[in-house]
Amino acid sequence: MNSKKSNRGDEVKNRLSADLTQTDIATPVRSMHRRQFLKTGAVVAGTALMAGGLGPIAARAASTKNNLPPNTPEWMLKQGHPIVTPPYGVPSKYESDVIRRPTDLTPTDISSWSFTPLQDLHGIVTPNGLVYERHHAGVPAIDPAEHRLMIHGMVDNPKIFTVEDLKRFPAVSHFYFLECSGNTLTEWVKPKGKTVQSTHGLLSCCEWTGVPLSTVLQEVGLKHGASWLLAEGADAAALDRSVPISKALDDAILVYAQNGEALRPEQGYPLRLLLPGFEGNMSVKWLRRIEVGDKPFMSHEETAKYTDLMPDGKARILTFVMEAKSVITSPSGGHRLHDKGFHEIRGLAWSGSGRISRVDVSVDGGRNWRRAELQGPVLPKCLTRFRIPWEWRGKEAILQSRTMDDTGYVQPTLKQLVAVRGTHSVYHYNAIQSWHVAADGEVTNVHA
Amino acid sequence: MYTPKTFMALTGLVAALAFASTGIAAERFDFGKPATQKQIAGWNIDVDPDGTGAPAGHGTVTQGKEIYANKCASCHGDKGQGKPMDRLVGGQGTLASAKPVKTVGSYWPYASTVFDYIRRAMPFNAPGSLSNDEVYSVTAYLLYMNGIVDKNAKLDKEQIAQIKMPNRDGFIRPDPRPDTHNILCMQNCK
Ligand code: HEC
Repeated sequence: MNSKKSNRGDEVKNRLSADLTQTDIATPVRSMHRRQFLKTGAVVAGTALMAGGLGPIAARAASTKNNLPPNTPEWMLKQGHPIVTPPYGVPSKYESDVIRRPTDLTPTDISSWSFTPLQDLHGIVTPNGLVYERHHAGVPAIDPAEHRLMIHGMVDNPKIFTVEDLKRFPAVSHFYFLECSGNTLTEWVKPKGKTVQSTHGLLSCCEWTGVPLSTVLQEVGLKHGASWLLAEGADAAALDRSVPISKALDDAILVYAQNGEALRPEQGYPLRLLLPGFEGNMSVKWLRRIEVGDKPFMSHEETAKYTDLMPDGKARILTFVMEAKSVITSPSGGHRLHDKGFHEIRGLAWSGSGRISRVDVSVDGGRNWRRAELQGPVLPKCLTRFRIPWEWRGKEAILQSRTMDDTGYVQPTLKQLVAVRGTHSVYHYNAIQSWHVAADGEVTNVHA
Repeated sequence: MYTPKTFMALTGLVAALAFASTGIAAERFDFGKPATQKQIAGWNIDVDPDGTGAPAGHGTVTQGKEIYANKCASCHGDKGQGKPMDRLVGGQGTLASAKPVKTVGSYWPYASTVFDYIRRAMPFNAPGSLSNDEVYSVTAYLLYMNGIVDKNAKLDKEQIAQIKMPNRDGFIRPDPRPDTHNILCMQNCK
């Protein structure tokens, strides 16, 4: 057990055995070791039993104390792990709570979605393992050598590309947000989501690398009159969406990498379409086919789904842009403020129409507003981090953020949104979010 | 290393690409392989509102009823009433009500989409397992259950484009957003 000999003097040696004892009783998974210690002596056994009785959290707290000044932390008294254990790095075990969490609204987890833990993230980038998921027939396991992109229809030269072919074209990398059209759909009538993860977590932001779709369309040659294309995935739903050619030639990318590494399987490995600022469903994953035509193809996803039902029973169709939206991620639902005094309010703002121009924050439910600071560089169609200092005096407060993008569009209140759209349109919810801070510091989701 | 010749070629390429948006056939990278008609036919599975892409074959309500009972009812209910998965029947006249019910019959604008979607994605647990005749049949049966075709109906390439779905005119284009007009009030706003 204690094979490493300390060379820092007797005092430290004594502390070493004490610390190891503490470590082992603090970590429930290492119960073997704990049992060994139980046999070693009455004093140690007594400590272990007591800690065990308090449960793992109390035990961990006890262990932490021993690592604090003036004591030498236990991790300075033994060697750490060697390199490449594991070869692909993973987060600290103490971050095991920072995970995607599934919705409970779908009857199957094969067509379902999971949320990004926005409350635990910093800056603007979403780590690849935490990018939200939405699949309609599960995640296919695609061998990239066997994957092809076919482009046909109103083109001069119908072609088939391998992934390697696409990687040979001049590449681009851009940071863009990706938001599911159904993000925040639970909030139209009542405040339902307990945390910002469940209210706003169908939102992520990555650096995407690939070849501009315009480059590849140039390669096949668009025929006169080409105005729409159909993008289709190689999953078991063969999910397909119509895209206006104007978007395809503007900023669409055929993406093969995110945040510096190959796309994750659940993000479309080995190839996906990325339509910056448009509803996530259109950025078709596992892209296998592009058909060029002269009108929308009217697939299931753009008729039965992803259409916005209005109060008069008519539905808006082909509504693509994710309009400006913002949310405070800290403090947010499920948090608890323990101390009065300084708190930094932090959040995210984004717009599918362009750059974020400003974010204002209210701590009194929208009566008075102050302008927040934006973290630069502020990029178009990208998450923008905002921050503003706040002095909490231990009183009730309602926190809100309101953003404006560079088209001059201002994020609406819930009342304004419902006044035009009613409560049945499901998609494209972008109203101002309210978090209630109680006098005891508890933060909850409210409509205000 | 760049020889003067490749340098010239690259400059030419850049110039050609700069003209790309004019639609003038420009110099190409020549990556990828030509797609043959046969390859395209195998992958070109979408069926469009005007019937483009609808395959040969046909089906009937009677045949569809049997296929539905065997391969769909376990998830969508014996009468298409749903549970555990999506409801497929009913809901006509509810879209403007307090409880809108969106189904193939009440909401979908095109019959082509029903064929297209079933062929590409259903049955959920065995996608791509139905023949074209079977897809025509089960599509006919769903339309029949929704009162859109009668029980002797036969469905094929021609028919699929003819059917007028009840909610065909229920959709608004183009996108009317922005449709809210909040302002940047800073003080005493409520
Ligand atoms: C194993 C369960 C299962 C079986 C069997 C099944 N389905 Fe489905 N079906 C689903 C699920 C799940 C969805 C929703 C898929 C999604 O979320 O994208 C669905 C969606 C549909 C829809 C679209 C509903 C809408 O309004 O969007 C239709 C139409 C449909 N199924 C038809 C069929 C037909 C026809 C069959 C038989 C040939 C069938 N299904 C068999 C599970 C099933």
